Amino acid sequence: MGIETAIGSPAITTQLDKVVNWARKYSLWPMPFGTACCAIEYMSVVSSHYDLARFGAEVVRFSPRQSDLMLVMGTINTKMVPILKRIYNQMCEPKWVIAVGACACSGGLYNNYSVVQGIDQYIPVDVYVPGCPPTPEGIIHGVLKLWEKIEKESVKDWK
Amino acid sequence: MSDIEQSLREKFAEDVMAVSDFRGDLAITVRRERIADVGAFLLSPEGGAFAMMLDICGVDYLGREPRFEVVYHLMSLETKERVRIKAQVSEGDPTVPTVTHLWKAANWFEREVYDLFGITFSGHPDLRRILTHDEFVGHALRKDYPLDGRQELSRPTPFAEE
Repeated sequence: MGIETAIGSPAITTQLDKVVNWARKYSLWPMPFGTACCAIEYMSVVSSHYDLARFGAEVVRFSPRQSDLMLVMGTINTKMVPILKRIYNQMCEPKWVIAVGACACSGGLYNNYSVVQGIDQYIPVDVYVPGCPPTPEGIIHGVLKLWEKIEKESVKDWK
Repeated sequence: MSDIEQSLREKFAEDVMAVSDFRGDLAITVRRERIADVGAFLLSPEGGAFAMMLDICGVDYLGREPRFEVVYHLMSLETKERVRIKAQVSEGDPTVPTVTHLWKAANWFEREVYDLFGITFSGHPDLRRILTHDEFVGHALRKDYPLDGRQELSRPTPFAEE
C-alpha cells in the first residue's frame, strides 16, 4: 500500500485498516454465480422480506468486473469449472467467495462422474454456508461471517 | 393385438423381433437396420402419424448380447397414442441408422445417446458430444465406466460455433 511507505508510521496504518475494512464490509457488491436452487433462496435474501440491503450488500452485479463478492450457489460440474475460474479471475481484488449450499461446498448429494466435489478444489473459498438449500437466514449469516473475516484483514495484504 | 402392432407386423413381418405390452405401454423391438423405415412408416398417416419424437434413450445391459438397446419414444398428436420402438445394438458394431431426416428433435437426442453410450448414428448430420465436454474420453453412462471418473476440462467450452 503506497500510503504506508509514504508515511512510515504503523499506528496510522492500523487506523487506516479500520477505516478501509469498515467501508468494505458495509458495501459488498455481490456477483451471484447461481446454478441451482440455492440461487432461488438468494433471490429471497436480496428482496424485501429478508432484505440484504440492511447489511449493505444489495447491489447485485452480474458482471464480475463490478463485484467483490462471488456467491457460488449450486452444483458445479466439470464442464463449468473453466467458466467459474475465468469469472473468478475477472473480479478485481479485494475479492471474496462464499460457497452457498451443500453442492458448492462438497458436491452435495451428487457423487458421480460430472459433479465437482467442492469448488474449493479450484478457487479459494472464504465462507461455507451449509444446507440443501440453506435458509435465507443462513445466507445472511454467511455474509456476517464474511464481515468478521474482512475486519481482520489489512490493506497491506492486498496486492 | 393393438392396431399399431398389427400394422407393423403386416408391413415389416420379418423385422419385428419382439413385442411387449406392459400395462398399456406398447414396446416393439425391430431389427436395427430397418429403424429408419419403421420410423418413416409410423410417421406417415397410415402408420398412425406419430409426429412427435418424445425421446431417444440408450440402455446398457452389460453382460447381455447384444449389449445395448436404443429406445425411441413416439407420440401421435392425432390419436394421442404412445409407442416405444426398440433397436438392439451389439458392442462390436454399435451403429444405428439415423432418424434425423424424419424428426428434427432426434438430432440432439441421438447426440446424447452417442455421447453417453458411444452408439453411433449413421447418416447423422452433426454427431458430436452434447453433454460431456470435448476433452472427455469414454462414455459416461456405460455400466463399466467408473462412477467417479471425473475428467477435467482445460478451457471453457465456447457458447457458439466459432
